[in-house]
Amino acid sequence: MSYKFTKDHEWVLLEGDVATIGISDYAQGQLGDVVYVEVPEVGKEISKADELAVVESVKAASEVYSPVSGEIVAVNSELEGEPTMVNEDAMDKGWFAKIKITDASELDDLMDEEAYKAFIEGLE
Amino acid sequence: MRYMPHTALEREEMLAEIGVGSIDDLFADIPEEARLGDLLDLPLHESEMNVEKNFRTLAAKNLSPYSAPCFLGAGAYQHHVPSVADHVIQRSEFLTSYTPYQPEISQGTLQALFEFQTQVALITGMEVANASMYDGATSCAEAVLMACRVTRRKKAVISGNLHPHYRDVTRTTLQFTEFETEDLSPMLEGDEDFDTRITPDVACVVVQTPDFFGRLKDYTALAEKCHEAGALLVVVVNEVVSLGAVKSPGEMGADIVAGEGQSIGVPLSYGGPYVGLLATRQKYVRQMPGRLCGQTVDQNGQRGFVLTLSTREQHIRREKATSNICTNAGLCSLAFTIHMSLLGETGFAKLAALNHSQAVTLAEMLEKIDGISIVNDSFFNEFTLRLPANAAMIVEKLASKGILAGVPVSRLMPDNPDMANLLLVAATETCSDSDMNAFVTALAEVL
Amino acid sequence: MLNNKGRPTQPVAVDNGEISIETFTGNMGLRLESPLIFEQGMPGRIGVDMADPRPVKVRLGGLERKGPIGLPDLSEPQVLRHFVRLSRQNYAIDAGFYPLGSCTMKHNPRINEKVARLAGLGDLHPLQPTSTVQGALELIDDLAHWLKTITGMPAVAMSPAAGAHGELCGVMAIRAAHEANGESRTRILVPESAHGTNPATAALCGYKVEAVPARKDGRMDLEAFAEKLGPDVAGVMLTNPNTCGLFETDVKKIADMVHEVGGYFYCDGANLNAILGRVRPGDLGVDAMHINLHKTFSTPHGGGGPGAGPVVLSDALAPFAPIPYVVHNDSGFDLVEQAEGQAQKSFGRMKGFHGQMGMFIRALAYMQSHGADGLRQIAENAVLNANYVRVGLNDKLHSPFDGICMHEALFDDSTLKGTGVTTLDLAKAMIDEGYHPMTMYFPLVVHGAMLIEPTESESRQTLDEFIGAMRHLLDRAAAGDTDYFLGAPHYAPRRRLDETAAARNPVLRYTPPAPTEGEETAFSAAS
Repeated sequence: MSYKFTKDHEWVLLEGDVATIGISDYAQGQLGDVVYVEVPEVGKEISKADELAVVESVKAASEVYSPVSGEIVAVNSELEGEPTMVNEDAMDKGWFAKIKITDASELDDLMDEEAYKAFIEGLE
Repeated sequence: MRYMPHTALEREEMLAEIGVGSIDDLFADIPEEARLGDLLDLPLHESEMNVEKNFRTLAAKNLSPYSAPCFLGAGAYQHHVPSVADHVIQRSEFLTSYTPYQPEISQGTLQALFEFQTQVALITGMEVANASMYDGATSCAEAVLMACRVTRRKKAVISGNLHPHYRDVTRTTLQFTEFETEDLSPMLEGDEDFDTRITPDVACVVVQTPDFFGRLKDYTALAEKCHEAGALLVVVVNEVVSLGAVKSPGEMGADIVAGEGQSIGVPLSYGGPYVGLLATRQKYVRQMPGRLCGQTVDQNGQRGFVLTLSTREQHIRREKATSNICTNAGLCSLAFTIHMSLLGETGFAKLAALNHSQAVTLAEMLEKIDGISIVNDSFFNEFTLRLPANAAMIVEKLASKGILAGVPVSRLMPDNPDMANLLLVAATETCSDSDMNAFVTALAEVL
Repeated sequence: MLNNKGRPTQPVAVDNGEISIETFTGNMGLRLESPLIFEQGMPGRIGVDMADPRPVKVRLGGLERKGPIGLPDLSEPQVLRHFVRLSRQNYAIDAGFYPLGSCTMKHNPRINEKVARLAGLGDLHPLQPTSTVQGALELIDDLAHWLKTITGMPAVAMSPAAGAHGELCGVMAIRAAHEANGESRTRILVPESAHGTNPATAALCGYKVEAVPARKDGRMDLEAFAEKLGPDVAGVMLTNPNTCGLFETDVKKIADMVHEVGGYFYCDGANLNAILGRVRPGDLGVDAMHINLHKTFSTPHGGGGPGAGPVVLSDALAPFAPIPYVVHNDSGFDLVEQAEGQAQKSFGRMKGFHGQMGMFIRALAYMQSHGADGLRQIAENAVLNANYVRVGLNDKLHSPFDGICMHEALFDDSTLKGTGVTTLDLAKAMIDEGYHPMTMYFPLVVHGAMLIEPTESESRQTLDEFIGAMRHLLDRAAAGDTDYFLGAPHYAPRRRLDETAAARNPVLRYTPPAPTEGEETAFSAAS
């Protein structure tokens, strides 16, 4: 069980067939103070690359696209009252949604932690 | 030309600084075949004195409602605007400032907006209001779009007794979206049947009070019906002075209030600019269109105000914005705020009471004329008369006698023969006893 | 997924959070504070005297208001002083220079205010019989003539209330025209550098928005445009001069290309000021263009409106124009108020009544004051001033695009790199120098963008002083005086405000204390 990352700075953590999705620590740093997170409805079917959530800072609204396909089984409703969790703990308590995945191979293209680290170094 | 400082010499020197030979060089990117050689076929510049004369000549061709007995309403109302309101909005710092995107040097506009939002929320009985829309009709359309976003449903049921301009603007605004309206027909007697129309795909029901015909309505039961079905109730108010006298839409259970604020502080100005009001519940605030001003603190811990929740707006969210609105009715909302501040609780209630007493007085006088009846069972400062003749013709006859008698319903509902003899008559604090007497006498004469 | 506009919006604590207000009142000399109006009331005062209501038989249908509203009671001098104090916390074009790109903050002549308030113009009711408002209709018709002549277009829709509303009008006309031809097109092409209102408007008309990238010279990339064009393209929305302050040199070709696939050319007219009397959009193949009367024709911005956004239309789109409009017949002027008869193709109604008459009066007074000669001079001096600023700063700031600009000069933030000072910090330091900041971070295609539009109203002396101040600040940033910038503004009525807190926990109104029981309103006393 380890984090996988997309080029759009989402992380995925797969446990059984349920993937937890959030944005990376690097991403929250780039975004600045998060003021609001719009999370999807539980029960919704979502395809890879569909809009999963919207993260808002004061002057920007950034869409988060789903790295996997499946059904949304849980969302982090605590973010509504405490969007700061995305800044404070992006990789754990700041998760957005859990998706019951339909195709585990969708994770194959994603980066592992080391590759992602190299990826963001390349962006600097 | 008095508005441009450069002398011919300065222009030459500046061109030299820039490193070009002539003004034409600065316009070299314009395709040659499209460049204008000659001046436009328009008059040359005029002195301030002559410009003023031109406008006085135009003004003299109009009949001012302030020089004639005036009973016009139907969504725009003649009220006295206190001189303080018109003076303050002409102060340079309000008149010639930009949208307050730089809060450190815009606290005047921002604090006034915060006060405006509070006043609008209070009088409508709602939790929050935005910093204004263009006018009442566009506010109504935006309220419907907002209700569709909140409920994720696609249909709005529109009362037939809504002001026809509001209905038309809403229909026009929605026509190319995924949303649609079901427009009911106007009803002169009885209540509209909304119950059977509030189906599971209905996002909202839109009603008005006082309605287009001037009748006051309690929508409390309708609000409950809407909420049971998961729909929202949008209440339109286009004579806000009424809110000083009657139960507010918020008390009735409205979810969104769309209003026209012209009656407070804004001159009639032949239909615009006016000030659209939009108020709602706090929980829907992220689906609201338009600018919002919020309270915060500065670096020194001092209270201050900023435009906030901007991620809803077009300049950040672009095609996913809650609305495309940018410029709103800033200065008109300031005039509203000043006038409302002058009135206060006491004055606002008194103004409303005065308007109602004026309208009741006039109604009682008109009811005595043979052949005339009043359609309304209730009203605030405007009611509908049923005349024994075509209302538009009567209005023309009275206009030739120098009386602005009211608005023939047929002007706004032209294709409905039931409406031909109906006349909307408004009486505000601006009507004198002699105005009313002149109207009643003249009307009896022309019938 | 993530884009960072580099906009620090929370206060940076550089003074150890020390509060520098040391007076008892919180005022600082001429800088006068005023609490919220709600904190100043005393029940029973009144600021408007009026007659007592007659005792009448109440006919409110049993809907009388029961409880108090919660408005404060004040006298006239209190209200006047409150708003005068507030006014003094605002920057304004009358008081200083507003180099705000894309906004055309120019001089607002007072004659325009005066004539807008004349009896017989400012006080007309919109539903008076047309026989009693012939002068008002003539005025609208006259303004329409000026707008058509200036743009070289055959028709104009007068009713839109602002620029974005005008865009909506134009794109609705485009969609109505396609539908009348039995076509259902789906896409609108918009350059990346467009105003946010463009994609927002297209979306409201049910169109999918596709962005077209810019070339290295800041103009729309024709190859990318050609690739995206097709029979499902309803039109293109192009600002010209564009938001980088550059004239789209290929504009005619763009028009031809979009016409070739059966689409229409919508021009965002926000920057019309730059081309008045030098070129007419009608000669460039434009089908629809809104005109911001509150930019080009100087109706005051009023802290955010009201504006007016008439839309000029080509012959192809004119039949679809919104109602109402003014017509001229044997008996004088009249209004077409219903979408039937000659207006049967109209796409509908955009606002209540007939348009922003108060703005029409001001704009026409402005046009008459300038005349054909003055209008041309506006464009010339506006472009002259922008280029003067560009040349005055281009050894200190980097222009992303070379060469002559139109009415506004665009810079990026590359010279600030490594200084710890951002575009925003520089802008806040400009406030201390007595200027309104330039437009920042727009257009989005330029990093840390600074967009400076001086307008024709400014004298050479003002521009020289501004250039001097900017050069001074840039030197100061380069010298590493970062703290000064992070703490700016130091001398404004407020320091930087905590926008993050405002957005996380929105406080959008004053919350009054619980009402006292047993209070009677004037209404209940009167009835």
